[in-house]
Amino acid sequence: MSGDVSALQLVLSGDPGLFAIVRLSLMVSLSAVAFAALIGVPLGAFLALTRFPGREAAIVVLNALMGLPPVVVGLAIFLMLSRSGPLGSWGLLFTPQAMIIAQTVLVAPIIAALARQTIEDLWVEYREELAAMNIGPAGRVATLIWDARFSLVTALLAGFGRAAAEVGAIMIVGGNIDGFTRTMTTAIALETSKGDLPLAVGLGIVLILIVIAINGLAWGARRAGERIAG
Amino acid sequence: MSMRAPVTDLPLMFVEVGILAGEVPILSQITLTFDAGAPTVLIGPNGSGKTTLLRAAMGLIPASRGRITWGGRENAPSDRRAFMFQRPVMLRRSVAGNIRYALAAANAPRAAIEERTSHLLKVVGLEPLAQRPARRLSGGEQQRLALARALARAPTILFLDEPTASLDPHATKAIEDVIRDIASIGVKVVMSTHDLGQAKRLGGDIVLLHRGQLIEHTLALDFFDTPRTPEARRFIAGELLV
Repeated sequence: MSGDVSALQLVLSGDPGLFAIVRLSLMVSLSAVAFAALIGVPLGAFLALTRFPGREAAIVVLNALMGLPPVVVGLAIFLMLSRSGPLGSWGLLFTPQAMIIAQTVLVAPIIAALARQTIEDLWVEYREELAAMNIGPAGRVATLIWDARFSLVTALLAGFGRAAAEVGAIMIVGGNIDGFTRTMTTAIALETSKGDLPLAVGLGIVLILIVIAINGLAWGARRAGERIAG
Repeated sequence: MSMRAPVTDLPLMFVEVGILAGEVPILSQITLTFDAGAPTVLIGPNGSGKTTLLRAAMGLIPASRGRITWGGRENAPSDRRAFMFQRPVMLRRSVAGNIRYALAAANAPRAAIEERTSHLLKVVGLEPLAQRPARRLSGGEQQRLALARALARAPTILFLDEPTASLDPHATKAIEDVIRDIASIGVKVVMSTHDLGQAKRLGGDIVLLHRGQLIEHTLALDFFDTPRTPEARRFIAGELLV
């Protein structure tokens, strides 16, 4: 009980250390979702609208990549960015940038796979109308992404959920350095192992509240958009 | 002033056209000319090939055999042709947004899009619903919006696939009024229907199809007064053509 009270006090007191961790967590996860969207939505649209040998296999692989183990992604990015790795000269290991890269790799398949399904379903519906209006390939992609935008928000939320909850990959490539690469999830893991449960619980509460708030905002934006555009 | 002769898709000619779906013939040996004038109405039982003929005439599907020419040209671009599907799909935009999209797709000048959108909304009587999401319209309103979208292409030929199927008489009349207005300004309307009354009301000439073959093509008055073929007589009498 006293642990719960301490956690609540920590959250309500506006502890600067806590807010630095929250800020970094949001920056990393939202940046990763943004980059993953830039990769995933066009990739999903490409797979939805094109037919080529091996497409079915590519879709199966993409769907399977939604379940990528974060520690495996973390290890792969670690090996790429470590001093002896192919990208070691970039000097990104144990930086927030490395964490963004790792989470982008984790989230992009989720957004791509969900976008592919969403856009393909809409394409089945729109195909004949767009053909009758002489819409070319680029116009089709733009139209489908725009008209599916409210459904694609769900894909982005799924990606954000993955990024916000993830600990394995960013722990490996970020190093959980206090004040530099420590996020909510890595801090919760660390504080729990140290036995500092109030801070761990406080961070857990904040993390859940942020996820609920972002989902609530996205839901509200989606409903408002649907009321206007249908 | 342009020195180019105006390009028209008329006459639209089918010369011994056959269309196969896999190995199955959908249309066989269709020789038919659509020229300027009152609407041409395609009639015939389900599966007779009306929709396939309309799609081929629009250029949405190629002929497996024979030739289709638009204004004497094969492979003519479909810029000045428009098609309204039996169940048109509303884009996830407002009513006005759907029309703006069709105008942009038809390369309408950006400066003219708002004015033309207002004009087309007026033509189909949807001005009060301009900002409503298109998917929330009733069936009849959606058909009128689809008509406006088709007109955004400023077509010389407008293909309508059963434009009033499953609409009530009030909505049907609204669509028929718009079709008459469109035809009166010189747009060639080619449409299919199951409604013989509608074929009488709107048709200048009638094309009767059965099992993918052209049974009769004649002026509407002659078709209903003096049908030449037994199939036409039976169809007009309300008998089932199987």
